[in-house]
Amino acid sequence: MEGHPATISTAPPRAGIRLPGVGAGLGRGMVVLYLSLIVMLPLAAVLDESLSGGLGAFWDSVTGAESMAALKLTVVSSLIVVAINAFFGTIIAWVLVRDEFPGKGAVNALIDLPFALPTIVAGLTLLTLYGAESPIGLDIAFTRVAIIVALCFVTLPFITRAVQPLLMEMDREMEEAATSLGAGGFTVFRRIIFPNLLPGILAGVLLAFARALGEYGSLILISGNIPFKTEVSSVFIRSQIESGNVSGAAAVSVVLLAISLALLVAVSLFARRGARR
Amino acid sequence: MTARWSLRGLAFGYLGLLLLAPVGMIFYKTFEHGLGPPIDAMTSPDALHAIWLTLLMVAVAVPLNTVFGVGCALLLVRHRWKGNAVIDGIINLPFAISPIVIGLSLFLLYGNAGWFGPTLTEWGVKVLFSIPGMILASIFVSLPFVVRETVPVLQEIGTEQEQAASTLGANAWQTFWRVTLPAIRWGVAYGVVLTTARVLGEFGAVTIVSGSISGQTETLPLFVAKSFEQFNEQAAYAGAIVLALLALTTLLLMSIGGRKAKAGSSGPIPIAGDAAISMSNSKEGS
Repeated sequence: MEGHPATISTAPPRAGIRLPGVGAGLGRGMVVLYLSLIVMLPLAAVLDESLSGGLGAFWDSVTGAESMAALKLTVVSSLIVVAINAFFGTIIAWVLVRDEFPGKGAVNALIDLPFALPTIVAGLTLLTLYGAESPIGLDIAFTRVAIIVALCFVTLPFITRAVQPLLMEMDREMEEAATSLGAGGFTVFRRIIFPNLLPGILAGVLLAFARALGEYGSLILISGNIPFKTEVSSVFIRSQIESGNVSGAAAVSVVLLAISLALLVAVSLFARRGARR
Repeated sequence: MTARWSLRGLAFGYLGLLLLAPVGMIFYKTFEHGLGPPIDAMTSPDALHAIWLTLLMVAVAVPLNTVFGVGCALLLVRHRWKGNAVIDGIINLPFAISPIVIGLSLFLLYGNAGWFGPTLTEWGVKVLFSIPGMILASIFVSLPFVVRETVPVLQEIGTEQEQAASTLGANAWQTFWRVTLPAIRWGVAYGVVLTTARVLGEFGAVTIVSGSISGQTETLPLFVAKSFEQFNEQAAYAGAIVLALLALTTLLLMSIGGRKAKAGSSGPIPIAGDAAISMSNSKEGS
């Protein structure tokens, strides 16, 4: 049993609900089995298929002209998008935390819309306003700008939501002290506010970048999927599957997987460092 | 105060142009000619089947991931094990992997040339291009949410009440139902809402494994895409509106649930748990 009250106070904090030894082992086994069946085995199949023609074929698939063009477009667009959202996301977080205006709760809830709205609907809504039938005469459909706009839409919440808690916790006395010592608004931002928000901005940027790299649903209707021009990697993978080049699709997938994995490791190292501080 | 107003202007302008105006526009486009056309479009047999199939995905994937999520969170938080960090990392994978890659992975595993495909065909089980494959895809993409939302709440509530319950003679099962679950219910509920939203809207992974056969393996997001590509814009808009309304409901539940679960949740951002788990592990280890 959990022990005598007297021992609880001296002993290190005991876990509450604990399964008996056999139960924990059984539970762990089921978790590992579930994760293997749902996540790991399918991913292993991708790795296996990508290497089915040997390393040479893998390399050729990844470095093919169309594949490289798609990969470059994906990475460059994602970088631009996270830069845009780092800027606007931080401003939005600021306005939501430090400003007061009627309807603030509604605006705050609106930030999560891109998480809730299905990606295909996101693409379609953008197309109705910024497509060929645009009522404001702004037709960006089938251009690289459309890719940027769609990716901005789907990754909008990441940075705002990562910065908001930091802003709420931030000690305002530091700013007041700086101001009283004669620092101007911009200096206070640059020397005090920005350094404090940076961990949140970076964490949000990493997550948004990972999301942008793999995005598919919001892009297919609005990007036009034109090879060498508006074809991102996920769309390229899809077209390779459809034309029967499955191992080529798998090779590019492995590259995307490797980048995602690296980003996840970066996020968790980063979060750990943040938590230690 | 010009600084305040210019910041407001930037924030509202960006949100308006990127989020509000497009969403408003699709509502306008759908109901431009009254309620009749969208209702007709949504009551066609293919549309009704798509709605039914989408709800079926939710009905299977969400309970499975919820049970898994709560159990897994309990193991991660309450049972020290050196494999926990690895499990924690694997759970985050679906957040970072492209849905297309997830679709391809299932395609490779269950396709005719795949690892499991030939055996399953022999047994007469069809996974790819049918409902089981789509369910597997839905489970894969929505796997992390319940775990991620439950872990911080579990850490927050601590173990004192549970210890009290077991001191008073409750067994583990009773303690879980009467003490632990009520304490973590908002975190779990928030995770369930996020899982549901993701399953409802999943497009990329499902499009690869479903074959998108109208009236058979077409969920609502697939129906929207196909209708649009076949120049049936009215049906595409109507389908999108149904999904958007579901999303707005989700948003409402998220803002309620998020407030209630505030104790440990950071919202749908998946990083909250990582640090906490790795921290508690390293602490226990030392």
